[in-house]
Amino acid sequence: MELTGAQAILECLKKEGVHTIFGYPGGQILPFYDALYYEKDIKHILVRHEQGAAHAADGFARASGQVGVCVATSGPGATNLVTGIANAYMDSIPMVAITGQVGTALLGRDSFQEADITGITIPITKHNYLIKEAKDLPRIFKEAFYIARTGRPGPVLIDIPRDIQMAKIDFKYPEKAVIASYKPKYEGHPKQIVAAAKAIAASKRPLIYAGGGVISSNAAKELTELAVKCEIAVTTTLMGRGAFPDTNELSLGMLGMHGTVYANYAVQECDLLIAIGARFDDRVTGHIAKFAPKAKHIHIDIDPAEIGKNVKIDIPIVGDIKTVLKELVVKAEAHDAHAPWREQIMEWKKKYPLSYKKNGGIKPEYVIEQIYEITKGDAIITTEVGQHQMWTSMYYKFTKPRTFITSGGLGTMGYGFPAAIGAQIACPDKVVFDIAGDGSIQMNIQEMTTAVNNKLPIKIAVINNSYLGMVRQWQELLYGKRYSQVDLEKNPDLVKIAEAYGAAGIRVTKLEEIRPAIEESLKIKDRPTLIDFVVAREENVMPFVPPGQALNEMLVD
Amino acid sequence: MKHTISVLVENKPGVLARVAGLFARRGFNIESLAVGTTEDESVSRMTIVASGDDSVLEQITKQLYKLIDVIKVFDIPKDVAVERELVLLKVSCNEKTRPEIIEIVDIFRGRIVDVSEGAVTIEMTDEESKIDGMQKLLKKFGIKELVRTGKIALQRGSNG
Repeated sequence: MELTGAQAILECLKKEGVHTIFGYPGGQILPFYDALYYEKDIKHILVRHEQGAAHAADGFARASGQVGVCVATSGPGATNLVTGIANAYMDSIPMVAITGQVGTALLGRDSFQEADITGITIPITKHNYLIKEAKDLPRIFKEAFYIARTGRPGPVLIDIPRDIQMAKIDFKYPEKAVIASYKPKYEGHPKQIVAAAKAIAASKRPLIYAGGGVISSNAAKELTELAVKCEIAVTTTLMGRGAFPDTNELSLGMLGMHGTVYANYAVQECDLLIAIGARFDDRVTGHIAKFAPKAKHIHIDIDPAEIGKNVKIDIPIVGDIKTVLKELVVKAEAHDAHAPWREQIMEWKKKYPLSYKKNGGIKPEYVIEQIYEITKGDAIITTEVGQHQMWTSMYYKFTKPRTFITSGGLGTMGYGFPAAIGAQIACPDKVVFDIAGDGSIQMNIQEMTTAVNNKLPIKIAVINNSYLGMVRQWQELLYGKRYSQVDLEKNPDLVKIAEAYGAAGIRVTKLEEIRPAIEESLKIKDRPTLIDFVVAREENVMPFVPPGQALNEMLVD
Repeated sequence: MKHTISVLVENKPGVLARVAGLFARRGFNIESLAVGTTEDESVSRMTIVASGDDSVLEQITKQLYKLIDVIKVFDIPKDVAVERELVLLKVSCNEKTRPEIIEIVDIFRGRIVDVSEGAVTIEMTDEESKIDGMQKLLKKFGIKELVRTGKIALQRGSNG
């Protein structure tokens, strides 16, 4: 059938099962938006800043497991997506970003609103395309979606000049993407899987260290089976929260810079570390040469480049986590020799629980515990970046994958709220909470309009200490209390801001107001609710492993 | 340690930028880079000389494979490599020095491709070390301009 390039884009999206896209129009993407005007099967969510579109598509992808799609115009529209694309790249989130571009005749002439977005995004995309011939459009879309969702997922950008959107093409969507140089490997090597099972049998102190790969591979069930069958304790990274239920006694919570004491002790003492879908990030390892010094390392990951990138691996298994774990569960066994080690871990758990002092105003940790209790752990939680993010990871008990949505690798303030919009649209029946800081929420507050216009009942819990709290904490502990440019005392009235946008706003200044406010927010189902929790100003996130230290060299208060 | 890495890539615009950018942002140092087409016109071969220990080489190789346009990456071991580089040198000369320059060029199996009043231009194709050798001997006459192509290499034998 004959279509314009713009119409073809919509057909491609439908063929890929896309029903929601997030975007913002502009000059060079106008032909696409004109075709969209007549489109009934694709819902377009109009954001208020392109960064919001990228994060919303990312949140949509994390909550649903599908490819998120965002759209922007050329030049500033495209560059505004950059943070969101980088964020998705660092956390391996499947996304397709579509950008308008100046006409092919104007390319490379510094035309109005021209930016070399494919050049700009090479380091932060899994792949990208500039379409120079309209006939290539269907093939490129097929490839882009295939690349985004297979192997180690990631964002793919397609830059489409205006004349390509207007050109007529004979549209035929390819059945398959054929890319000779891209063949992700899913099956783990059987010999390596046997070697891993043997190493588990031979170990006395095994430990599982699970990351976001478990979630992107939909392997939470298999991970739990392995841990339970072999009775091996599990610590997760920030990205891996929800991959293993915190309510299971084998759960050690998060490891690393703000890990639990018992998780970090277990890492430092284990004799076999089984890394699954994790990448030995510096926030996880602390001083890398002192990380898990007594352990043999098994590393299961779909990306061969992760094996041996930061840490030497004894038993690498390259493959899809779910596929590999299914095999490993069959071959691995529980061993009596592990029992004393488990008792040791349980003793650490009892001796060094997560704790905070309850006196001195509203404690952020307490607020998060109440959100957990009232939502019965069944909500989707997104966060911004900073202290509130760490407290959320520590004090909310995650039991299911895709219920904790956070910017792990890039650490993007302003991520959580637009991500919550994407998550709420992906999961309309779920309660979605964005747990935010007063600094972060102001970075994409404009998306309140998007949430209000789409009647999204997102709850925004602002942990408001009128500081850039994490930076202040570092300044307190590492920079001699020189609080440079972190005091946000002159914050605007966030409740009034919410109300001005047409959302509900509640301020909480007393302990006894916390639960009623959360309960009240759950009753509001036709618009967002912002709860401004005015909390103790100088609370610190503890434990804290200062940068460059080993995991057992932590500060606890 | 120096490695000669041969990278087969899709012959498409922008691929060089992807490969070069990868080396730069991952902190891998490129000593030379030569790009050209292969027997298959849809494929280009990049011959990259890079330095680093085995773990660096392993990371380079794996990261290159992550680029969608990269088809194949080989590290060509020195002992099985046929390696060549081309150099063009413009050397100052006068009637007194010309015979000696010609003699050096002959010994190294180079060729004089242009002669003018005060200079000769020399072409030589050989292994890197031979080119270095000739360059060293010609230095005293005054090298006015020099360009080297960067090494290209293939593995010996019938495997391709």
